[in-house]
Amino acid sequence: MNNGIALSTESLVKSYELDGQKFNAVNSISLAVATGEFVGLVGPSGSGKTTLLAMLSALLTPTTGQVIIDGSNLAEMTDKQRVEFRRKRVGFTFQANNLIPYLTALENVELMLRLNGELNAAGRARSRDLLGRLGLSDRLHNLPSQMSGGQQQRVAIARALIHNPAVVLADEPTASLDTERAHQVVETFAQLIHEHNRAGVIVTHDLRMITYTDRVIQMRDGDVARIYTTRAEIKELAASGPG
Amino acid sequence: MQILFTPLYLAQMEVLRNKVRFFLISLLIALITLLVLFIAALAEGLGGGNREYISKLEADLLVYKADSDLLIAASRLPRSLMNQVRRVAGVRAVGPIAVSNGAIDFPLETPAADPLRVALIGVEAGLPGAPPIISGSTFSTNRAPEAVVERRVIQRLGIKVGDRITIRTDQGSGDETFELLVVGLSDGEQYGLQPVVFLPILTWDRVRSKTGPNSPLNLNLIAVQLDDPKDLVAMKALIPTLVKDVEMAGIREAYEALPGYKEQQSTLDTQRFFTLIIGVLVIGGFFQIQALQKVPQVGMLKAIGAANWMVAVAAIAQIILVTVIGVLLGGAATLLLASTLPPGIPIVFTGQAAVAAIVSLLFIGPIGGAISIRYAARIEPLKALGMST
Repeated sequence: MNNGIALSTESLVKSYELDGQKFNAVNSISLAVATGEFVGLVGPSGSGKTTLLAMLSALLTPTTGQVIIDGSNLAEMTDKQRVEFRRKRVGFTFQANNLIPYLTALENVELMLRLNGELNAAGRARSRDLLGRLGLSDRLHNLPSQMSGGQQQRVAIARALIHNPAVVLADEPTASLDTERAHQVVETFAQLIHEHNRAGVIVTHDLRMITYTDRVIQMRDGDVARIYTTRAEIKELAASGPG
Repeated sequence: MQILFTPLYLAQMEVLRNKVRFFLISLLIALITLLVLFIAALAEGLGGGNREYISKLEADLLVYKADSDLLIAASRLPRSLMNQVRRVAGVRAVGPIAVSNGAIDFPLETPAADPLRVALIGVEAGLPGAPPIISGSTFSTNRAPEAVVERRVIQRLGIKVGDRITIRTDQGSGDETFELLVVGLSDGEQYGLQPVVFLPILTWDRVRSKTGPNSPLNLNLIAVQLDDPKDLVAMKALIPTLVKDVEMAGIREAYEALPGYKEQQSTLDTQRFFTLIIGVLVIGGFFQIQALQKVPQVGMLKAIGAANWMVAVAAIAQIILVTVIGVLLGGAATLLLASTLPPGIPIVFTGQAAVAAIVSLLFIGPIGGAISIRYAARIEPLKALGMST
């Protein structure tokens, strides 16, 4: 594992006003994720994990504090620069609606290269290889509607990694999958994060999925409640149930 | 460069993989195109049918009886007035125009058909008011039992130059028939939506419908050619000061004053306008529904780094493609349908009117889709993906 820091936050706060009352959805969180590290973000609904992920992905602007990815401070970027930054330096998978329905698995992966103006023969070959690595060699030319939920998530993982982003962010990628497929998806995800030496953050409500992570940040009411770093701690947390 | 073509790629792939859906939208545009082109052709056909003879007159001004409100039927001018007008300095030539109605009996080979209703127009050969001859010759004298017919009469009756026709008119005491020799053929020269038969002015006086035996010859109009058409405004004002009891009109003013002409054209223009508006709303509705269905997809695209312009260009490209296909389909269907219509239906396709209609149709898609493009550009990825905090 490379110990260079790929992603870090400093005193990150996101405040909202509800019925005239100000509250912090994320309350002064500072964290760092190293290159090649796969971090789990867990916590009950409303704990702030999705808000934190949205800020890490430059989709949401923090109230105060800063996010630094691959040496770039998101707070110093214009909206246009943030869009470009997401396209080039961030990989995403979402809970659902991950893929363009009218593009095949291969075209969905290649889309990320197209968006960056980097689709060439080598990129096409890399897309095929990556999908093959994810067990989808026979599904390259299938549309999302012709694939199972697990296969679609694996295509999304390939798309998230194909353009060599600095960080890969996953928001509840197993929410719509059965247990067996959920394990397969997260295990493959973890392997690829490590193999490609990327920083990965996965938000999940299913504690069983954190078995494959290197570190777990547990959130509660916008704060970091506890950080699990050893295999033993993580296994113990994972064994506590589906979430 | 590849980045610039990515929206076009997305637009093209979505259309290719959803052919039926986009074809249905194109079909809708095709139907609107068909409707708009037919209304345009009908406006042209009806307008042309009313104004064709007047608008093609080789004259600069028309003389009416004073206070006739430019109504041809209400204008009655003595033939002697032609000399007074001709003597005005700046007038090069004048010619009589006298209008009446009649019918031509169909040849005996087609006895079942009703007589063909025609406008009978009395003119003098070689003078303003007489039509250009495209085949045959003009009248030999002002009294000759001859006629020049326009091409529709030839088409409808199946006759040719050199044949004889029988004109039937009401002579007060009942219908009488007059046999005339067709000596010439003119191009399209309808008047009052009827095909025209031109007669020498004195023959016309004999043939025309009469209310009684002593009905004097009166002209309806005097067609005036000027030495210099640039003097039109001045001459229009001058002639009534030198010739008593007349009023003047230019050619456009004359056909716009034809009974019901303006009302008819404005009705058809209004229909055409509302058809286009309905087209914009229907197409807009379709694309808006599509935009609503694609919110998560657009949100995901934006989240992974697609810029707003990419989303907008993809949507515009799709709308333009679908609209162009629709207009082409509609245009082809219109041509096909038009070729099957009988000649009596007043539908005329002119290049200018068709191009104007097609250009306006090409805008209905983009205008209709503008709201959906704006909507797509404003989609928030967080909300669209259900990550709203």
